[in-house]
Amino acid sequence: MSRHFGRRRALAKTTLTFRAGQVTGLFGPNGAGKTTLLGILSTVVRPTAGEVRYGGATARALGDPLRGRIGVLGHDLFLYGDLSARENLEFFGRLYGVERLEDRVAQALASARLDDRAHDRVASFSRGLRQRLALERALIHDPRLVLLDEPFTGLDDESAGLLGERLQKLRAAGAIVLMATHDFESADGLIDRMIALRAGKVREIVPDGGSLRDRYRRAMAEEWA
Amino acid sequence: MSTLRSALLIARKDLLVEARSRELAYTTLFFAVACVLVFSFAFVSEGKAIDGAAAGILWVAVAFSGTLALGRAFERERQSETLRALLLAPAERTAVYLGKLAGLLVLMAAVEIVIVPVIGLLFAAPIGRAPWLLAALLGAGTLGFAGVGTLFAAMLVRAHSRDVLLPVLLYPITVPVIIAGVRGTGAIFAAEPNFDAAVAWLSMLVFFDAVFVTLALWTFAPVMEE
Repeated sequence: MSRHFGRRRALAKTTLTFRAGQVTGLFGPNGAGKTTLLGILSTVVRPTAGEVRYGGATARALGDPLRGRIGVLGHDLFLYGDLSARENLEFFGRLYGVERLEDRVAQALASARLDDRAHDRVASFSRGLRQRLALERALIHDPRLVLLDEPFTGLDDESAGLLGERLQKLRAAGAIVLMATHDFESADGLIDRMIALRAGKVREIVPDGGSLRDRYRRAMAEEWA
Repeated sequence: MSTLRSALLIARKDLLVEARSRELAYTTLFFAVACVLVFSFAFVSEGKAIDGAAAGILWVAVAFSGTLALGRAFERERQSETLRALLLAPAERTAVYLGKLAGLLVLMAAVEIVIVPVIGLLFAAPIGRAPWLLAALLGAGTLGFAGVGTLFAAMLVRAHSRDVLLPVLLYPITVPVIIAGVRGTGAIFAAEPNFDAAVAWLSMLVFFDAVFVTLALWTFAPVMEE
């Protein structure tokens, strides 16, 4: 698929396949097209050319229920500041038709370690607390395709470790996880596959030894066709 | 989940957010009352208003305060990109439109409940002469205005000049709604009321509502795609 915004090319003739139980790291400089790719996969951005197939069918063929199997953690956190943590989770849980919602919300609050702040307004939370809540909001409906844009932003070491555990569980549950990040240290050891983007072009980075950062730098130093 | 249920969830969420912040209620109400008050100094002399002024001012206050509410309601959804989160939900996208519209209608109705008695007081308008007919005109007019406004406000949510563009796009399209509202209300408030004329204008408003809301439902999903 390709995506242009006016004369600017955000993605150029990109072909990728993501498999169940695989965590893919998406790396690239600012403006490389990472958020556009996540937007297209989440169905809110339409490709200019080409199409995305979800298990063989297009988004158009699968219709609205497809979005119920996709979980998105955006760079903006998709949370209502005037609502409490619990109210945010309950609202989105209902919108996604989550069964046994009360139990699921309690579980999500526990995972985010926000049990004691459940009734506080989200506007009063620090960026790290909002990030933890936003991750639970994105996962409240147990999505099959998980799209994470800069999930480590604002997280302390312990929270980043918990996010890592969460990714392992998603992998074990057979979810497809795609994570755009600039945080090589946090992502190291968590991802199964590394993809780099530059000026809308995609390149798979093979695991040929070295840290994620070193492999990324080598890939960026090379000529891209 | 059904479209209606999703729409109700979104409307309920909007009202809960508003109940917490009271930002829209206070600002639109203050603006509408201030608008009516300023016009009353110009159009009321020795306790007598110029013919037709009360109906015109009522609809000017509804349109201006409604525009303010529309802009702010979607500004809230822009702040944390929550509009995108709503569009990512597995509900039909028209549910987002209907939910936002329902929340705005409740808010605008609350403002109208306050400004109608203020108009009655300051302009000596006979607001109790045909209360149900007046309520129907206001309800139908508000639906037409907010129906178009919700679509445009959603479309403009990512535009840089959205505050300027919203009234520029909205007022020309909703002119028929405002005219029908003013003429229908004027027919009730006139020294010699003409209820048949008011009912005829109401029928026209219902027709506009059907056309505008149908077109908005039809176009909302495609225009929200990026």
